[in-house]
Amino acid sequence: MSNDGVNTGRRRFLIATTAVGGGIGAVGVAVPFVKSWNPSEKAKAAGAPAKADVSKVEPGQMIVVEWRGKPVYIFRRTDETISLLDTNSDELKDPDNADEAQQPAYAKNTQRSRKPDVAVIEGVCTHLGCAPKYVPEVEPQPFQEEWVGGFFCPCHGSRFDLAGRVYKGSPAGKNLKVPPYSYADENTIIIGVDEENS
Amino acid sequence: MSKLSAFMGWIDHRLPVTATFEKHMSKYYAPKNLNFWYFFGVFSFLMLANQILTGVWLTMSFTPSAEQAFASVEYIMRDVELGWLIRYMHSTGASFFFLVIYMHMFRGLLYGSYQKPRELIWIFGMAIYLMLMAEAFMGYVLPWGQMSYWGAQVIISLFSAIPIVGDDLVTWIKGDFLISGITLNRFFALHVIALPLVIVALVFMHILALHEVGSNNPDGVDIKKYKDEEGRPLDGIPFHPYYTVHDLVGIVVFLFVFCFVIFFWPEGNGYFLEHANFEQANGLKTPAHIAPVWYFGAFYTILRVVPDKLGGVILMGAAIAVLFVLPWLDRSPVRSWRYKGWISRINLVLFGLFFILLTWLGTQPATGIYATLGLISTIVYFAWFITLPFISAKEKTKPVPERVTG
Repeated sequence: MSNDGVNTGRRRFLIATTAVGGGIGAVGVAVPFVKSWNPSEKAKAAGAPAKADVSKVEPGQMIVVEWRGKPVYIFRRTDETISLLDTNSDELKDPDNADEAQQPAYAKNTQRSRKPDVAVIEGVCTHLGCAPKYVPEVEPQPFQEEWVGGFFCPCHGSRFDLAGRVYKGSPAGKNLKVPPYSYADENTIIIGVDEENS
Repeated sequence: MSKLSAFMGWIDHRLPVTATFEKHMSKYYAPKNLNFWYFFGVFSFLMLANQILTGVWLTMSFTPSAEQAFASVEYIMRDVELGWLIRYMHSTGASFFFLVIYMHMFRGLLYGSYQKPRELIWIFGMAIYLMLMAEAFMGYVLPWGQMSYWGAQVIISLFSAIPIVGDDLVTWIKGDFLISGITLNRFFALHVIALPLVIVALVFMHILALHEVGSNNPDGVDIKKYKDEEGRPLDGIPFHPYYTVHDLVGIVVFLFVFCFVIFFWPEGNGYFLEHANFEQANGLKTPAHIAPVWYFGAFYTILRVVPDKLGGVILMGAAIAVLFVLPWLDRSPVRSWRYKGWISRINLVLFGLFFILLTWLGTQPATGIYATLGLISTIVYFAWFITLPFISAKEKTKPVPERVTG
């Protein structure tokens, strides 16, 4: 039963090192396959700022601007709906904008905007990415009895107020995102650029 | 004759054609009491062949780019000779594929086909089902209609529920910061090459594992227990010619139904091809009512039941994952529901009915009574799996006959 001079310890060592070497090689080969799925240079370059003129947006109205392929909602709140934003904080998941990633510092206020009336919010539901429906009327809705105006997502029923803050009981966990934006002049908004007059 | 047999001998010395044919067809003994429910395995195979054949033909005229995908599907429908037929065979075929797969799976539940020693057959089958869902989802994105786009948005966003890496993972899957032509193009590659290869390989394993242990039957008895002097099961008949011919009859009837639907009801009132998908994808406008195609309905309902993103995704994943471990949840000493206790039998029928309800709810808006029904049927769905080990182990079963009952 002598293994005809076979050194089993050495054989096991060689099998193990070959397996490890092959494994490292396999991981290395996987790198280009995994990396090629990342956004290409072309896709990265497509993120130019978008411009919007809000002079013709009356109180209650909304326009939709495309920025990086996403819909950005720009709408003007009425005085009534602005004041109502102070009344519903008990029903919200994050009334004080504690999640820093959801808005720039200058939008960390009750209205979540640079100016109290004009709101700039990404129309991408934080649940699964649908575009929420704009329901600005202050009146009872089938999905919520006391409705102070806001957004209703048709996909899974997430509800947001007119500052994009998510209501408790919604599948979405975070407030709608406020993109970086600035005013080039009184009525021109640049989406994707933080600093004023840049 | 002698020349033919000499030729076969020449082949058989180099490739085991005759031996393989005998092992899997002419000397593969299937129980003689297989009933109606046993047609659906063959139908699934038929639909797989249909999807591959029509799929190859569709790729000849389809353009996988965001600018041209929608138009190229319309080109297939209007300008390619009989292109509409090939396309409907494929798109309506997908619904039929899932229909027969669901029947095939329920057959497994009825007769305990997943029980020892057929656990691996069940697991391979579930893997096929999982891959089919991915395949169908990616296929649905290709026509680049509104429902393609927003369906993809919702399904891909499911991955963002994963803590920490979720958002980066979503970008990696999309290959862009939004769903774009890049996403469409890679889904095309996965849909026509990668996943079909995986599915065909899994089907091969599914059948290989089946032929190793032999088919179950409506009585759930082991036909290999009683054999004649030559070792052939007394209750078995050779698959070929008996079941090949028998299945041909079923296939003819099935094709009548399939053709009727393709020719007269190809869109299935928006259940096979959704109305919103006849409008080109628009990333700025979500359709008012987003619903998956019917065959995803059950899991979509379960996803929506939970008012929390991660929770919903976990519950939906659990709804699929729990099916994989079914062979170990059923601890009944008998296989077929014919010999299980009345609680098991009623539960199984209820499970089937509630699965149909879940499926239908997935295509409806999630408000009011629908939301309540969704919650109830989700609870029933999981309750069936949770109670199964206890009921199946405790309840009194009927005596199982020694031989099949015909």
